[in-house]
Amino acid sequence: MIDRDQVLHVARLARIELSEEEIARMPPELSKILEHVETMNEIDLEGVEPTSHVVDLVNVLRDDVPRPSMPRERALEQAPDSADGGFRVPSPGGSGS
Amino acid sequence: MSDDLLDLTAAQQAQRIAAGEVSGEEVFDFWRERAAADELGAYLWVAEENRGGTLPPVAVKDLFCVEGVPSAAGSRILEGYRPPYSATTVRNLRAAGAQVLGKTNQDEFAMGSSTENSGYGPVQNPWDRTRVPGGSSGGSAAAVAAGSAPWAIGTDTGGSIRQPASLCGVVGMKPTYGAVSRYGMIAFASSLDQCGPLTRDVTDAAILLGHLQGRDPCDSTSLGIPEGVALPSAERLDGLRFGVWGLEEEGVEPGVADAVRATIAKLEELGGAIKEIDLPNARHGIAAYYVIAPAEASANLARYDGVRYGPRDEADGNLTSMYERTRHDGFGDEVKRRIMIGTYALSSGYYEAYYGTAQKVRTKIARDFRAAFEQVDFVVTPTSATVAFELGARTADPLAMYLADYFTVPMPLAGIPAISIPCGLSEGLPVGFQIAGPAFSEPRILDAAYALEQAIGFEGVPVLR
Repeated sequence: MIDRDQVLHVARLARIELSEEEIARMPPELSKILEHVETMNEIDLEGVEPTSHVVDLVNVLRDDVPRPSMPRERALEQAPDSADGGFRVPSPGGSGS
Repeated sequence: MSDDLLDLTAAQQAQRIAAGEVSGEEVFDFWRERAAADELGAYLWVAEENRGGTLPPVAVKDLFCVEGVPSAAGSRILEGYRPPYSATTVRNLRAAGAQVLGKTNQDEFAMGSSTENSGYGPVQNPWDRTRVPGGSSGGSAAAVAAGSAPWAIGTDTGGSIRQPASLCGVVGMKPTYGAVSRYGMIAFASSLDQCGPLTRDVTDAAILLGHLQGRDPCDSTSLGIPEGVALPSAERLDGLRFGVWGLEEEGVEPGVADAVRATIAKLEELGGAIKEIDLPNARHGIAAYYVIAPAEASANLARYDGVRYGPRDEADGNLTSMYERTRHDGFGDEVKRRIMIGTYALSSGYYEAYYGTAQKVRTKIARDFRAAFEQVDFVVTPTSATVAFELGARTADPLAMYLADYFTVPMPLAGIPAISIPCGLSEGLPVGFQIAGPAFSEPRILDAAYALEQAIGFEGVPVLR
């Protein structure tokens, strides 16, 4: 049901590198799960509304009052790399930075 | 003094602290030593500083953010992460006088039913150390069962509190969606995740839930439990109607069915009325769940990319490959599998067939329960079709593992609360009995569970001395 090319496509969408072993294992594993998932098509769903939220809630808006946020240094503390008050990442283009 | 703390419920310990018979610091020290001596793999971190408290300290599932304390949700991708803030639930517990005892092991990002998917090694079941404790809150359940925590909190998305509670012989409750704040709870599937208690008895569960619940401005889906949570006290169940579901389902072990039938007989002895009911769409719960939960997870887990927290792999020096390699290294097999399923189900051309359909099935399951609650006050089922299974028995077959949540998945899909209480043994291992009720019926569920608990007289906590 899911073949190797689809696995590679989805892995790219999900931004996950897969090892050769994982690429070999995923198609049968995911197909078996999806086969079970598709048993839900046995249910007559004609005219049934989808549930996106289980509790009937209406958004309640609070007053927009400014208040101090977490200090920038604190938010950056756990980052693997930071510089000039921001998160630092490798260059989007090519190798090296 | 202190050895008998092991024989007391958390409520009884709190009474002793209040009466001045023992100090909060002594109680904390006692449990910290118990937790530090754990040999089951139940803990990932144990508190170093004694903070005392008017209530016994609480073991907290790893995925709850605790300021300055390792909080990795059982994943290597968050290894070493110490959050700059604490979850609302943790703050509520501290405000009530219960400090954090330690962080408990779990399936990575709460994805699993055996705690074998932890990035930090499995947890053993204290009843039989060759078996799983259930999951994903397996560390919390095992710690309470083994007497290395007086009580604990976990999270339940498809059964992750109730199923391990069942397999470890403790009480576990999943509240109504919205009863407890999700702020600071590392997210798995946001439309399903709920925090709840794992305890030795129903009274402790009610106390803990009372402190956990409440509306939180930081979680716009939170409401709290409108009438609050009183201490359960019911002795009889006269006038209450219990709808039985699931005993005839495929895969229910005979020993589990026997224990559940004996418990149903006790409901009748207490004055309850029994009626067989059907939830025709609930048997498709696992199918719908394995679209909705992975789909939401694939979005929630997009944030783990090596930018803001956790380890990073930038061997190739390019941004995209940094994302891809960091996620390759950091996520375990099951998490990758679910991200793949979820991403596929949400991808162009498949959304309606999978996610759209699953959300309609969700509506049908919620209607099943609504129809049931027109005839009965509660729905009762086995919590798990089986007792604790052997470590490794299902790791090679993801679908077999998923089916472990057959009886627990329909409730979160419908947003309703349910409790699992230990009701007996099969092959020397605990069996859980599940009681579900309509949204925000926690006080009534706890009362019924309390009356039943007294009648069952389960004395199974296999405290490891």
